Amino acid sequence: MNSTDPRLQAECLRHVSRRGFLQAAATVTAEIAFQTSRAPGAEASAGAIIDTNVFLGQWPFRHEVLNSTAALVARLRANGVAEAWAGSFDALLHKDISSVNARLAQECQRNGDGLLVPVGAINPMLPGWEEDLRRCVENHRMPAIRLHPNYHGYRLDAPVFERVLALADERNLLVQISVIMEDERTIHPLVNVPPTDTAPLSAALEKFPKMRLQLLNSFRTLRGLPVLSLAARGVRFEIATLEQVAGIATLLEKFPPQNLCFGSYAPFFYLESAKLKLQESALNPAQMQALCFDNARRLSGR
Amino acid sequence: MKIWDLHCHLTGVTGTTPEERMAQLIAIADRMGIERLCVYMGIPWSLDPSPETFRKENDQVLRAIGKFPLRTFGFVYLNPKHVEASLAELERCVANGPMVGVKLWVAEHCNAPELDPIIRRAAELNAVIFQHTWFNITGGKPGESTPNEFAELAARHPSVPLICGHTGGDWELGIRAIRHLKNVYADLAGSDPVAGYTEMAVRELGAERVLYGSDAGGRSFASQLAKVYGADISDDARRLIFSENLKRLLLPILNAKGIPV
Repeated sequence: MNSTDPRLQAECLRHVSRRGFLQAAATVTAEIAFQTSRAPGAEASAGAIIDTNVFLGQWPFRHEVLNSTAALVARLRANGVAEAWAGSFDALLHKDISSVNARLAQECQRNGDGLLVPVGAINPMLPGWEEDLRRCVENHRMPAIRLHPNYHGYRLDAPVFERVLALADERNLLVQISVIMEDERTIHPLVNVPPTDTAPLSAALEKFPKMRLQLLNSFRTLRGLPVLSLAARGVRFEIATLEQVAGIATLLEKFPPQNLCFGSYAPFFYLESAKLKLQESALNPAQMQALCFDNARRLSGR
Repeated sequence: MKIWDLHCHLTGVTGTTPEERMAQLIAIADRMGIERLCVYMGIPWSLDPSPETFRKENDQVLRAIGKFPLRTFGFVYLNPKHVEASLAELERCVANGPMVGVKLWVAEHCNAPELDPIIRRAAELNAVIFQHTWFNITGGKPGESTPNEFAELAARHPSVPLICGHTGGDWELGIRAIRHLKNVYADLAGSDPVAGYTEMAVRELGAERVLYGSDAGGRSFASQLAKVYGADISDDARRLIFSENLKRLLLPILNAKGIPV
């Protein structure tokens, strides 16, 4: 892909992803058998999956078990994931975000085995962040950006956030916002980062009615009416931090099914958590297909 | 692979009666291949229950497990601030009733001496003893115990098996706090499925001292099962964690009560 037109890139990615989808089919068949033998009871099994929430790089406070891209990709593939949207842990604390994003793009290309889609980070509190966004699009051909407002120190009613949305809208980028990275009760005391406050988000989105925006790791702190309100605005969510028994099925009793995507938050979380949630809820094949693949594909703009 | 869940509640599911809630929980557990569920505390939860309140909650659990005697085990919920009433409740529900364990939550810090007579009597009955713990940098609940406080309790009762609930939540600290205490077991339940948790527990404690639990229905069975299915450990370790360790702990009281395994 040499084009700098994000819409053309998205189209190319669609074909790449479709190929990955077909290649994954055999793996998925094997996975269904594997899953059945380990944890019986599923009524509807997942087909190929788009994982909208994975990370590369180094988590600052722990040596990850899946500590290489190859190991992560192998685990994703073994669980039927055909495509994964990858941000970088390094983006949380590094000031040289340009370098973080360049390494992320290179790592996805070199070791992603056709499965990883790099999602660059933007820190609008850094001088010259607009250039980072330009590079994400034009140099690295990234279809999305990932924001960490709590780690980077701004609110969603700040003018700079509106500026990020405006540029993302102009570039037709998907915007992912991370609400938390870990349980606030167990966070390292020197990095006492509160969850991102999503209360101002609805108002912020009024100016960008066509914005594609997804919240990551949101369900620990965001529940009930605020979730439904944001979903009504078109905000998408993913399941990594969704708890409660049969949590997906319970959520879908009120929540628009097209707004929920698969997300594992691997390698920080055991990937099997999100995968087993598909089994814990009695989902029909249409719900399963939407959750695992179709919703993310639509969200990606393809 | 058999799965026994150490840590379940009647919350997170709907139903107008404890029996209905238990039925729902079991139906979902069936989807995940979970054979037995330990259940404690009623609805609504009480942080610091009066004797009347914990008796009421225990009655709800008795109803729930009474309906599903081959799938569930009940633990009696006690409050060490009311020692005599707690001991009487222990007699009612465990010595003279079908329950097989004790649940202690956040009413009182667990290093308090008031726990000692409860621990001693529970040990005489071979009841499995579960104490909630958390290292919470945001402050936590009044009376909430840390694994450090739990370690003090465990050191006072070295011959009594004790379960460190949630392994302190901040498990990298919790595992360190209990690793020198051979009578202490780590409960994996009720925290995010952070990779590395089970690997560290097995490395530092040995698989024989690690127990699977979910904290369902507020927590997902899936997220908690993933801590064991997804961990880089041997299948032998997985078997121990999923059921064999808990079975070993429960066997004396199950045998004494004639409860089939």
